[in-house]
Amino acid sequence: MGSQTLFEKIWNQHVVREEPDGTTLLYIDRHLVHEVTSPQAFEGLRLAGRSPRRAGATLAVPDHNVPTTDRSQGISDPMSALQISTLENNCAEFGISYYGMQDIRQGIVHVIGPEQGLTLPGMTIVCGDSHTSTHGAFGALAFGIGTSEVEHVLATQCLVQKRPKTMEICVEGALPDYCSPKDVILAIIGRIGIGGGIGQVVEYTGAVIRSFSMEGRMTLCNMSIEAGARAGLVSPDEKTVEYVKGRPLSRQGEMFERAKKAWLDLKTDSGATFDHLVEMRGEDIPPQVTWGTNPGMVTDVNGRVPNPADIDDEKVRLATQRALDYMGLQPSIPVCDIQIDRVFIGSCTNSRIEDLRVAAKYIQGKRVSGKVKAMVVPGSGLVKQQAEQEGLDRIFREAGFEWREPGCSMCLAMNADVLTPGERCASTSNRNFEGRQGKGGRTHLVSPAMAAAAAVAGHFVDIRDWA
Amino acid sequence: MQAFTTLTGIIAPLDRADVDTDQIIPKQYLKTIQRTGLKEGLFADWRQRPDGSPDPDFFSNQSRYQEAPILLTRDNFGCGSSREHAPWALLDYGIRSILAPSFADIFYNNCFQNGILPVVLSTQEIQTLFNRVLNQDTYQVTVDLVQQIVLLPEGECYSFAVDPFRKDCMIKGIDGIGLTLEHELAVSAYEKRRSQEAPWLFQDQRR
Repeated sequence: MGSQTLFEKIWNQHVVREEPDGTTLLYIDRHLVHEVTSPQAFEGLRLAGRSPRRAGATLAVPDHNVPTTDRSQGISDPMSALQISTLENNCAEFGISYYGMQDIRQGIVHVIGPEQGLTLPGMTIVCGDSHTSTHGAFGALAFGIGTSEVEHVLATQCLVQKRPKTMEICVEGALPDYCSPKDVILAIIGRIGIGGGIGQVVEYTGAVIRSFSMEGRMTLCNMSIEAGARAGLVSPDEKTVEYVKGRPLSRQGEMFERAKKAWLDLKTDSGATFDHLVEMRGEDIPPQVTWGTNPGMVTDVNGRVPNPADIDDEKVRLATQRALDYMGLQPSIPVCDIQIDRVFIGSCTNSRIEDLRVAAKYIQGKRVSGKVKAMVVPGSGLVKQQAEQEGLDRIFREAGFEWREPGCSMCLAMNADVLTPGERCASTSNRNFEGRQGKGGRTHLVSPAMAAAAAVAGHFVDIRDWA
Repeated sequence: MQAFTTLTGIIAPLDRADVDTDQIIPKQYLKTIQRTGLKEGLFADWRQRPDGSPDPDFFSNQSRYQEAPILLTRDNFGCGSSREHAPWALLDYGIRSILAPSFADIFYNNCFQNGILPVVLSTQEIQTLFNRVLNQDTYQVTVDLVQQIVLLPEGECYSFAVDPFRKDCMIKGIDGIGLTLEHELAVSAYEKRRSQEAPWLFQDQRR
């Protein structure tokens, strides 16, 4: 076989058959489903008289549309209500596990998969959602698919794929104090660009990556798609094994021990080669803040917003000017002078317990700035419960944050959590596209620590000095 | 899925790089449980000026592009969210082919599932097409999937690459699920072998 990368090992283990042109029928181990990208897939199954090949390999949860306020009254938006009841009915009809809105296990699909132990190393995992790359943190090959492919996986447990290329992103050294996995992935996207990973699966390596907790690795892999990558991977180690151990849908006893051996073998062999290599140093990554309308438009917290007049390339200059116009920012102003109106701590990128602990640390005993409206949306019912057991909810509430029910919420603003035109938000989510958090809304992507500090200060602050 | 062999038609220009699927179809149009009628949402936020009036500069507001089945755009088209509502909305509007220097992976896949042909041309070829489209009211080309060429009225011919498997499915308008189901024996054999090698992957949950 020769030396293989981690990606090649997982890929090769899942090839059902291969066409002469390299087109591969790839077996899919786990399928996550949510309410927005699945109704047409289930309808397709019904119209063709097909049924799921392996309903037990599939888990469904409503997350994009769910209200984050009191749920006892149901959902007031009839369109959202219909989409969620459609998912519930489809799951009942086709025999698929479903965590409804009143279930403590409900939450953002990419938070609950790992939380329940559904996500295991070496698996292929898909979901009709681009942030499926999150699960790569476990050394699982995980990627987003469209609704036609959701139907394809339901019907066949397979997908037709072309083997992607590979990229290694190696971050050696150590991060400065107060910096986080979110800063690392934003710096990576700033470096390679939002199309830099097209057609490739990225493996993250190096001392900085190894030092991350499992939740940190999830934050990192989550935003692989924001660099255009098909998927992101971190090879499994003892931290991975420790994380999945004992979770409800994980394996037990002898089966766990057997699986563990296989998982710890999932590493890129020495001598295996990648199509591309990117090398970075942790020391060079201060806290990051996006200033524009895509995640690659990012700079250091102690930096300045760019000035289009300084940019030679006409296309880049025009795109920069357009982004600044949309964002309502003057060229060259220091990032720390940007005043904010809203703070959103949540999303599949940064809504896990460690994210909430870090954010709480920065606001303990402080007050949210009088002109800022801030909210925390935990990633799942279980994250919310744990945070409450640790008293984090009290810290947030006492500081003036709203403490909400779990869901995608203002990451994409499909529910009632929306920016109004012109409002500026420090957000721990993953996309700062035009209108992403509400038409005319202005999003700056940051880490949980940076968002919490900005909530208190009313503008961005360099948490290295502030702390 | 409608088959695709050749297509001759007007090109509509969208001169922006990194167009994300949130722009192609904003979130408020994703609450549907159907895949039709989505052209209402196509570029909904870009079609309008902040006051809600139509932006006369946007291609879909110009009468000369009303019937255009081909979209010309820049790098990394369709990045971001995996929403298949993006190609559904383009198809509903009448777009059957998109020409760009590069596409985001998930969007590229989604196009093939819906009979829309995404064509990757060189940056220079795309620039030439932009120059001509902007100087000529109804600039038409032929996209020929069988020969893998884009034929320009001036006689130039740009060739493009496409996977043989995808090409075959597009030309025949084949349902991919039906094809995979023909490999049922191979899938069952895989499951049998793999469940012995890695049984922990095959303990399914019960509803």
